[in-house]
Amino acid sequence: MSPVTKADNTPSASFLAIDGLTKTYNKVTVVDRFALEVEEGEFVSLLGPSGCGKTTTLQMLGGFVDPSAGSIRLEGRDLIAAPPSKRGLGMVFQSYALFPHMTAAQNIAYGLEVRKVPRAERDERVRQALDLVGLGAYGDRYPRRMSGGQQQRVALARALVIRPRVLLLDEPLSNLDANLREEMQIELRRIQQTTGTTTILVTHDQTEAMALSDRIVLMRAGRIEQIGGPEAVYARPANSFVARFLGKTNLFPGTVGADGRSISIGSHVFAAPAAATPGATIVAVRPEKLGFGEGGIRGVVRNRVFQGTQWLVELDTEHGPAIVQRQNLGAVPPAIGEATGLVFEPDAVHLMAPEADK
Amino acid sequence: MSGRNGFWALLFHTVFVIFVLAPIVVVCVVAFTPEGYLSLPVNGPSLRWFEALLNNRDFVSSFQASLLLGTISATLAALIAVPTAIAIVRHEFPGRTALLSLCMSPLMVPSIVLGVAFLRFLSQIGLGGTMVGLVISHVIIITPFVLRTIMNSLGSLDSALDNAAASLGSDGMTTFRRITLPLIAPGILSGWVLAFINSFDEVTMTIFIASPGLTTLPVRLMLYIEDSIDPLVAAVSTVLIVLAVLAMVILDRLFGLDRMLIGTNDADKDK
Amino acid sequence: MRAISRPLPFLLSIPAALIFVIFLLLPLLGTLILSLQDFSLATGIRPVYELANYVEIFSDSYFFDIFARTARIAVFTTLVTIVIGAPEALILMRMKAPWRGIFLLVALGPLLISVVSRSLGWALLLGGNGMINQALMSMGLIERPIQMMYTEFGVVIAMSHVLMPFMIIAVMTTLQRLNPQVENASHSLGAGSFTTFWRVILPQMLPGIMTGAILVFAMAASAFATPQIIGGRRLKVIATLVYDEFLFSLNWPLGAALAMLLFAVVIVVAIGLNRVAEGYFARMYK
Repeated sequence: MSPVTKADNTPSASFLAIDGLTKTYNKVTVVDRFALEVEEGEFVSLLGPSGCGKTTTLQMLGGFVDPSAGSIRLEGRDLIAAPPSKRGLGMVFQSYALFPHMTAAQNIAYGLEVRKVPRAERDERVRQALDLVGLGAYGDRYPRRMSGGQQQRVALARALVIRPRVLLLDEPLSNLDANLREEMQIELRRIQQTTGTTTILVTHDQTEAMALSDRIVLMRAGRIEQIGGPEAVYARPANSFVARFLGKTNLFPGTVGADGRSISIGSHVFAAPAAATPGATIVAVRPEKLGFGEGGIRGVVRNRVFQGTQWLVELDTEHGPAIVQRQNLGAVPPAIGEATGLVFEPDAVHLMAPEADK
Repeated sequence: MSGRNGFWALLFHTVFVIFVLAPIVVVCVVAFTPEGYLSLPVNGPSLRWFEALLNNRDFVSSFQASLLLGTISATLAALIAVPTAIAIVRHEFPGRTALLSLCMSPLMVPSIVLGVAFLRFLSQIGLGGTMVGLVISHVIIITPFVLRTIMNSLGSLDSALDNAAASLGSDGMTTFRRITLPLIAPGILSGWVLAFINSFDEVTMTIFIASPGLTTLPVRLMLYIEDSIDPLVAAVSTVLIVLAVLAMVILDRLFGLDRMLIGTNDADKDK
Repeated sequence: MRAISRPLPFLLSIPAALIFVIFLLLPLLGTLILSLQDFSLATGIRPVYELANYVEIFSDSYFFDIFARTARIAVFTTLVTIVIGAPEALILMRMKAPWRGIFLLVALGPLLISVVSRSLGWALLLGGNGMINQALMSMGLIERPIQMMYTEFGVVIAMSHVLMPFMIIAVMTTLQRLNPQVENASHSLGAGSFTTFWRVILPQMLPGIMTGAILVFAMAASAFATPQIIGGRRLKVIATLVYDEFLFSLNWPLGAALAMLLFAVVIVVAIGLNRVAEGYFARMYK
């Protein structure tokens, strides 16, 4: 168990340094000047919608796509010059890519055989890897006779048994059903913390990224939109794209007063949580931080959905549509058609520059 | 496959392409010789042997016979295969597997055996050397091709479509005519074409059952070659090759030759 | 599907079932019976039922030689199609558009060209004063033409050409089912190209190679047109022998017995190899 350190180290000390990484296909830039520093033992997620360039970035790390420009350095060593087989990275593919003609144990042993690890040590490490992923009894099974979750575990064990410097995960959980996915998320985090392997995960699922990562890299159209810890990017998204991608959010047009200490959304004025630049702004409030009450922003309930643990209420306000999420603590929210006020704590808001909004 | 072909692979490929094309190209080149014997047309190409071919009534009548035989046989094969394919793909009934094996079995029986079998059988029932006899034998050997393509088409259809049509009040026959048939039409057509080509090119079985008066083109060519190889057979072959290339291009445009022959699985490809 | 038996599937099956029973099973049965009968030029075919024809075939070394030659030609043809066709299938699979489409046509297109025309092409190439001999002589590599027509070598070469598309189709069909990421997976685990091919790609091609080999062997063993054109009258295989018995010697019962033996050998070999292959591959493809 190696506790993961997330200190703000200086870039020069970083374990994996990616800089200016660019991929252009026929004049279309799919990854644009990607730069990231990863610490040893860190779990970083590349998160974004499909076509944002996250998979291409991972494939450039793995060596399966040649970058058009940029550099990748692992412990100071240039990775781009090395073929995939010499990079020493472990990779779990979206389709698992298990060798169908080999048993689980043979799949896991493959990387060790290629490395000419002596038989006895190889067997021992394969056994440990199978135990690590909870498949101790399944070594002799062929992949076709295993469930999706089991195949996933074999793929993970196969990538980890070679003790890679970095583990690359390409949407590893996307082929699993919802329940299994949640279970595997916990499992994946446990295994990663046990082995302490530096890990880069590509995913389009924001809950997966938030549940697993130390840091999230949000990507859109080949560019990095924001890098930060899960709580930080959730609470302080850089722009409305990030805010929306990381879950439901309310965006209201507002103005910061001349003194930089008050914010107004229409007629509703409240104190700024911190000193802000005077002028137009976008006020972002997460739906779980909005409540019903007197004053605040006026709105009319358009729709109301009961979801068991919570209520989801959609409203039309004078400043656009809004959504409110309330824990089901017994109180029933206003009914459809009812007018109400939307209130929030001043420090629940996050301000974003209007030009960042698209 | 994501790997790339290296130098040695491309060299191998080049040799392979030469191997594949050489005999075909040689035939086409020799056919244009102006000489009276087999030679390359070093003194310029001549259409002399193609003219000789047009004036050869044996070859012309055999060509017509082949076209007629292929058309009738492929059509009959399709008519037999459609209901059979529906029964096999859409229904579960005793004897289903046996029926499928029976209908596919001509692929397993060597053509030479079929030739022997039909020679005896057709002469016993008085159809030896007749067009009816040829059609019967060709229908038997080409039906598996049509059946297979139609079964593939049917198999890739969502069977819920039938239920959807039924739930909208459509009876079985209407559903077949309005829903199933239009959707499997490409399969029937490509099966028909494959069947036609197989009938048109068949020689091993047909050589047993053709008669001097009624012979298909490949059989006529074969018998001619047994006697002598001269530029005339090269001219006939060139015509066959040109027709095959035309068929190939048309098939490729219509259905994609690779899909017809190899059968891609789109569901797998997306992963 | 349902417990109630419905007449529809049976009605749909009747035409095919009737036609195949009457026009396929009956003639084959007739041939089997014919193979038991007796023939002499004086009496013609006599309706006796005995194994005399089979006994004759098994006791005469003339027939044994022809069976052995047929087997040799079929085995070598199968090997050549494997050695050339399997790598070519992989190469084709790895090509990018538009080359892949173009060379697929080149590789598979010959299927649409008559076997007679293709064999004729080889006759023109392999002949005593054929293109290959002329080219070799004009380059000064040989002094006299090499005998390639009417040899087993020539038949194997021409037959490999004719049957090559079947091997390529069989192997490509398997390659298509192969997950393209396994190659990357192997590389990511540290294996180079050679190891990846040997340990990961080739084992997964084997089922396709096996299917192709069974098909090619069966077709090569019973091929008629190519051996007839390239092998000529002197170099007989079973199929051309059957042809001679039927159309020249007129000994139909003996011809039928030869054909039935050929049929039996092909079926036994094909089913046998298939069993072996299925047993071997079942565990990973079930």
